[in-house]
Amino acid sequence: MSRVTLKEAIRATLADLMAQDQRVFVLGEDVGVLGGAFGVTAGLLDRFGPERVRDAPISETAILGAAIGAALTGLRPICEMQFVDFMLVSLDQLLHQAALAHYASGGFNTVPLVIRANYSMGPGAGPQDSGTLYGALLQFPGLTVVIPTSPAEAASLLRQAVHDPNPVLFLEPRELYGATDQIADLPPLPLTKARILRSGTQLTCVAAGGMVHKALAAADRLAADSIEVEVIDLRCVMPLDEATIVGSVARTGRILALDEGPRGGGLAAEVLALVAESDVLRSSSLAMHRLTAAAAPIAYARHLAAAAVPDGNAVESAMRKMAAERQL
Amino acid sequence: MLLIRRFDERLLRLQKQGLIPGHTSPYIGQEAIAVGVAAELAEGDFVASHHRPTGHALMAGLDPGRVLAELLGRVGGYCRGKAGKHQLTSLEHGFLGANGVVGGGIPLAVGAALGQKLRGTNGVTVAYFGDGATNTGAFHEAVNLAAVWNLPVLFVCENNGYAFSTRQQDHQRNTNIADRAAAYGLPGQIVDGNDVDAVRAAVRPAVDSARAGYGPMLFDAKTYRWYGQYDADDSLAYRPQAEIDCWKERCPIETYRARLEARGEIIPRAFEQLSRKVDTVVERAVQWALASPLAPIAEIGQHIYAASDVR
Repeated sequence: MSRVTLKEAIRATLADLMAQDQRVFVLGEDVGVLGGAFGVTAGLLDRFGPERVRDAPISETAILGAAIGAALTGLRPICEMQFVDFMLVSLDQLLHQAALAHYASGGFNTVPLVIRANYSMGPGAGPQDSGTLYGALLQFPGLTVVIPTSPAEAASLLRQAVHDPNPVLFLEPRELYGATDQIADLPPLPLTKARILRSGTQLTCVAAGGMVHKALAAADRLAADSIEVEVIDLRCVMPLDEATIVGSVARTGRILALDEGPRGGGLAAEVLALVAESDVLRSSSLAMHRLTAAAAPIAYARHLAAAAVPDGNAVESAMRKMAAERQL
Repeated sequence: MLLIRRFDERLLRLQKQGLIPGHTSPYIGQEAIAVGVAAELAEGDFVASHHRPTGHALMAGLDPGRVLAELLGRVGGYCRGKAGKHQLTSLEHGFLGANGVVGGGIPLAVGAALGQKLRGTNGVTVAYFGDGATNTGAFHEAVNLAAVWNLPVLFVCENNGYAFSTRQQDHQRNTNIADRAAAYGLPGQIVDGNDVDAVRAAVRPAVDSARAGYGPMLFDAKTYRWYGQYDADDSLAYRPQAEIDCWKERCPIETYRARLEARGEIIPRAFEQLSRKVDTVVERAVQWALASPLAPIAEIGQHIYAASDVR
């Protein structure tokens, strides 16, 4: 997987999965002739034909509903939502028809569905197209939400998501589409397991998606000053890998939860709540902080959008502050 | 039709006795549609229902005792008491499920039909919904998608003239749902939803056509629900008794019985015998369902995620 971009890794994995299993097919807006608004599905139509690479009308509810109906009855659809923000118009299908299906059927029905959607807090997309959404989805048991951070991770997670019998939302960080691998030789992990990307003893930093890269870079800089930060890539934000998070905090006694979503509820809040509820809190003087996007929509103007989301420097300062607290 | 009628009547009595944890939405008055359509379906076909699912479920072949157990919230129900009437499902019977969200099941039916097409079967899927659901985006998106993808799905509107309390002429200007078919480039047909022969005759060519790969069709089956939207709904608050009485005169069961008798195909005594037989089936179902235990509390945390070797 050397020098392959994240986008290329997803594309190649989609092709592999379709070649290996006739039940797998792709549907979505502009996924066929155009090859996807961001080019992720380019070439699939030529290789697999219009029955298995289906251009759909602009109808998120029907696309998702059709994918769910096909999954319920034995196929393995992979549907693309052009932006995660567009899923808001199809939430009934996602949350009622897909996420509840196994539970409400008493365990009889399964929805082996993968929904690919990109998200980004990056500037220029404006308030309606810059959402993260995953924070809100933590309230819906039955749904699985994964976020790859590298090409190898994307390939591994996508493969597992397709093989999993549950509905999986596969969130692609838009700003990482061009990223090549920084993390080589990833051993396989279960779909819902977090990965410790860097071991450390003084602080646990938990992140997902693009924030993982900021955390790793900041941890490198802190290491120059002999401050060892443990960086956890959540991979799966719903459900959360409580054991890995709590286990790390038990060793470091400090946790910084990063979140691209806005402050208030959401991923970082839940990560800290898990730690707060755990035995770790009772056994040590625990320090917990979160660093999130502002409790505000993402503005269109470049400088406003950029300032709303923590950058690498903000992550580094937060880490240093927590490490210093510990030395007191 | 008689089975659905007696089943729902018995359900209402169980409701009055306080044995149903939720609500019931009787299908009474609309039986000819579920029965007429089901008569043309076969193994491998799918049905997507709505929040008034008993008729569709029984006609899909679900066991009355297990349906009742589900409505009673018992572990013997098709969904172990987790679904109730709004998510009742049994895929082994091709019954995709009821739906608690108006219009929510229509896209699922389109997906099941897509699966039938991709798997190369000649199966068809029926999506049932009411007149109220035709105002949802889900209806529009699903019918359009099925049309452009030419999928084997029959859209059957059980047009009972009310979206809960709102009269059809107050929730949409054109009350002929079949007219909408033209907007999607599909054939549409109005059918007397209280005449089981008419329903069956209308549906047969559409099913054949869908099986042969000629795509979807939209039916507007005019009918009426005798009871409220659900058990506790006093429908006299929004519709006159005279209107209800008028539709009761057009009872789908009595209409069919009179026709059979006039043709000499059954004698009155045969109907009484059938009626008693159905009562026995329903009573046996009630006893079976009431004997089914409640699920253990531990089941709250079970069936959230399906077991998997990649998780």
